[in-house]
Amino acid sequence: MFDFNLIIKSLPMLLQASVWTVIYSLSSVAIGFCIGTLMCAAGLSASRLGRGVAAFYVSFFRGVPLLVQLLISYYCLPLIGVNVPSSVAAVGTLALCTGAYIAEILRGGFLGIPHGLVEAARMVGLSRAQILTRIEVPLAVRFTLPSLVNETTMMVKASSLISVVGVLELTRLAQNIATSTFQPLEIYLTAGAIYFVINGVITLAGRFAESRFRLETAR
Amino acid sequence: MTAHPVANSRPIIDVRGVWKRFGAAEVLKGIDLAIRKSEVTCIIGPSGSGKSTLLRCIAFLEEYSEGEIYIEGELLGFALENGKRRRVSDAEVARVRRNVGFVFQQFNLWPHMTALENVAMPLKLARGIAREDAAKRARAMLEKVGLGHRAEAYPSQLSGGQQQRVGIARALAMEPHIMLFDEPTSALDPELVGEVLQVMRDLAAEGMTMAVVTHEMGFAAQVADTVVFIDRGVIAASGSPDEVFRKDENPRLRQFLQNYFERNVFWQGSGDVAVP
Repeated sequence: MFDFNLIIKSLPMLLQASVWTVIYSLSSVAIGFCIGTLMCAAGLSASRLGRGVAAFYVSFFRGVPLLVQLLISYYCLPLIGVNVPSSVAAVGTLALCTGAYIAEILRGGFLGIPHGLVEAARMVGLSRAQILTRIEVPLAVRFTLPSLVNETTMMVKASSLISVVGVLELTRLAQNIATSTFQPLEIYLTAGAIYFVINGVITLAGRFAESRFRLETAR
Repeated sequence: MTAHPVANSRPIIDVRGVWKRFGAAEVLKGIDLAIRKSEVTCIIGPSGSGKSTLLRCIAFLEEYSEGEIYIEGELLGFALENGKRRRVSDAEVARVRRNVGFVFQQFNLWPHMTALENVAMPLKLARGIAREDAAKRARAMLEKVGLGHRAEAYPSQLSGGQQQRVGIARALAMEPHIMLFDEPTSALDPELVGEVLQVMRDLAAEGMTMAVVTHEMGFAAQVADTVVFIDRGVIAASGSPDEVFRKDENPRLRQFLQNYFERNVFWQGSGDVAVP
């Protein structure tokens, strides 16, 4: 009844598709981290314009469902003359969405940095950008690492949504196989297991980084 | 106490009529102060008198509200246009104070970097010195403050006194023309104060120009060329240690010193009182 042969036969294809899942989700987290850092810095800056832009950005991308954002970018970008591959539009949308969450996560980390550490950096002549990249971001990441790892696992799962705009990744391929073989149970269970393993690895990597950072504060 | 040749040249720091207000509160009310090359100036006074604020204004960590501060002849933080002052860019502020080193009460070492990286990183980034040379100079600075053997330690693995000495090494590595110390020993356990003061004594003996906000009257008496007593935002007394500690009649100064000595009496025997 339960067809193990089908699983074994389709596993290579599913694993190949899961490579795309990893690429799409990790690259959107990486881009989103840069966006989130800038938005976080803008939100905490003295500039009223910067704070306004950051507040609008965060409230839009947190307030609108990711699926709706993906549909907007898929159907509306061509209307305004932006013709990019749907995978690029999808990663861009994922990045913008996670960037809003990362900005909020980092904000807590930034606020936890003693102001004296920034003053010390100013007194030895570091520029604003150097202080951001060498002092504030590394410390904010250390303070918020568990939340950032959590956000990354959320993005691996959220990347399954981009299947609806025709981008081939794990979920999309699983759908294709399931509809052609009429055996959804085996295929979706396998896909679920692969997601589970990917996020397990990410969580382990996060634990490892945490223990590395703990060395710095060990007495 | 080391004897320094009296330099009559242009002061390294020249503070003229500086006021600082936080909202309605007036913290500095017209401060005039000149610090010359190789001089050690100790700034004393009750807490809340404005002495730390003055030092932070000289470093432009606080924007002063009125008056002028010149660093080696250059106006700090502002440009004068038709008698009006205009705030200059952060990069310009950094340029004018490039030769000012600052040591903080709370050390403010970057916790994610080793002692060596704390000293070497600014050399690489702010001075553009190659990695190897920066590491070499950083190591030499750590040796100088007696911490060559702790170069690979993270700040959390160092005692307060060691952290503060790394803080001094970090400032010294930039080859400053003047070092500002903001209560450098106030956050330390009493038994760790001595090692930091010794490093500062050595610096003074080498001829480093220093301004030190401190509660260490012994250090001020032995090392300072000039002692400045700040009270309620004004310089209420200043002069040589002998003049300020023994001769000046200012009642607020006498009261301040009396309080200090009473706090530091540690032994009361039969009739005689020992003061440190």
